[in-house]
Amino acid sequence: MAADAGKVDPMKQFLVEPLFGSETWEIAGYGIAFTNSAAWMAITVVLLWAFVFGGMKRELVPGRWQMAVETFTGFIDDMLEANIGKEGRKYLPYIFSLFMFILFANLLGLMPVGIIPGVHAFTFTSHFTVTGVLAVLSFSIVLIVGFWKHGFKFFSLFVPHGTPIWLMWLIPVIELISFMVRPFSLALRLFVAMMAGHVLLKVLSSFVIDSINGGAVFGALIGIPSLTLMVAISALEILVAGIQAYVFALLTSLYINDAEHLH
Amino acid sequence: MEPEAAKLIGAGLAAVGAGLAATGVGNVFGSFLESALRNPGAADGQQGRLFIGFAAAELLGLLAFVVAMILIFVV
Repeated sequence: MAADAGKVDPMKQFLVEPLFGSETWEIAGYGIAFTNSAAWMAITVVLLWAFVFGGMKRELVPGRWQMAVETFTGFIDDMLEANIGKEGRKYLPYIFSLFMFILFANLLGLMPVGIIPGVHAFTFTSHFTVTGVLAVLSFSIVLIVGFWKHGFKFFSLFVPHGTPIWLMWLIPVIELISFMVRPFSLALRLFVAMMAGHVLLKVLSSFVIDSINGGAVFGALIGIPSLTLMVAISALEILVAGIQAYVFALLTSLYINDAEHLH
Repeated sequence: MEPEAAKLIGAGLAAVGAGLAATGVGNVFGSFLESALRNPGAADGQQGRLFIGFAAAELLGLLAFVVAMILIFVV
């Protein structure tokens, strides 16, 4: 499936390449060159830090900026209160960072920075390694909190209340599988949702470019509807960026609730 | 059948899963809206569950996408 010359390759946007340093920089066989993925993570963190820092003036009458930041913290706080209860407060820093990091990463990947020559937007949440690490982070918190608080009683998570005794051979197995699959589903959902949207946009953009190259008739018949669709899909992608960040944070808080309260 | 052709047919069949997931996601939001209009007071409290249902339905569609991608690029 190699792309022909002059065609838009929808997969090229996901290429991780060293920005400076080269592929020969390595420690114990692992490349340590500063990649575009790392650069966009750094940009995300700097912007996130600036956004939150700008709203931490703690004025009695909040300005617009402080209001914006407090809306986000209040939103996550309410979510934790609703899903975990009063113990949820102590997870606020983690869930808030997680939500904002994913949200900023998703939105930054959609920014039209490609109009500056030589700059390419890179959505690092469209990589399974990145979302996988985030999911493993959430999953380890669940495991650590669960075993810390309940010890081996944590395993009662796999036996829901009211399980009939004659189903004891089946239910714990199903519960165990659904528990172990959580980090994968968490990581997979974010990664595929981001990747699918970006591939779709690039495929549509190739329709636009190829149809315009094909002449005025094709350009009008295919190019213009495709471009309209691209604009609509871009709007949908902004929605998806928010929803996926929210779903990641929401599911993490639900899993932590399991660890805090068992069933 | 040539293996390459079988791969592409398989990837196309996996796209059926994406359509079915669309039905599922539509069902989640449709049912929510239907009952939210009957009882708007209770709607806001159920938004968390709405998104859990959405996430579960969507994941299965995304899995279909993964299957298609694996068939095209990996196998």
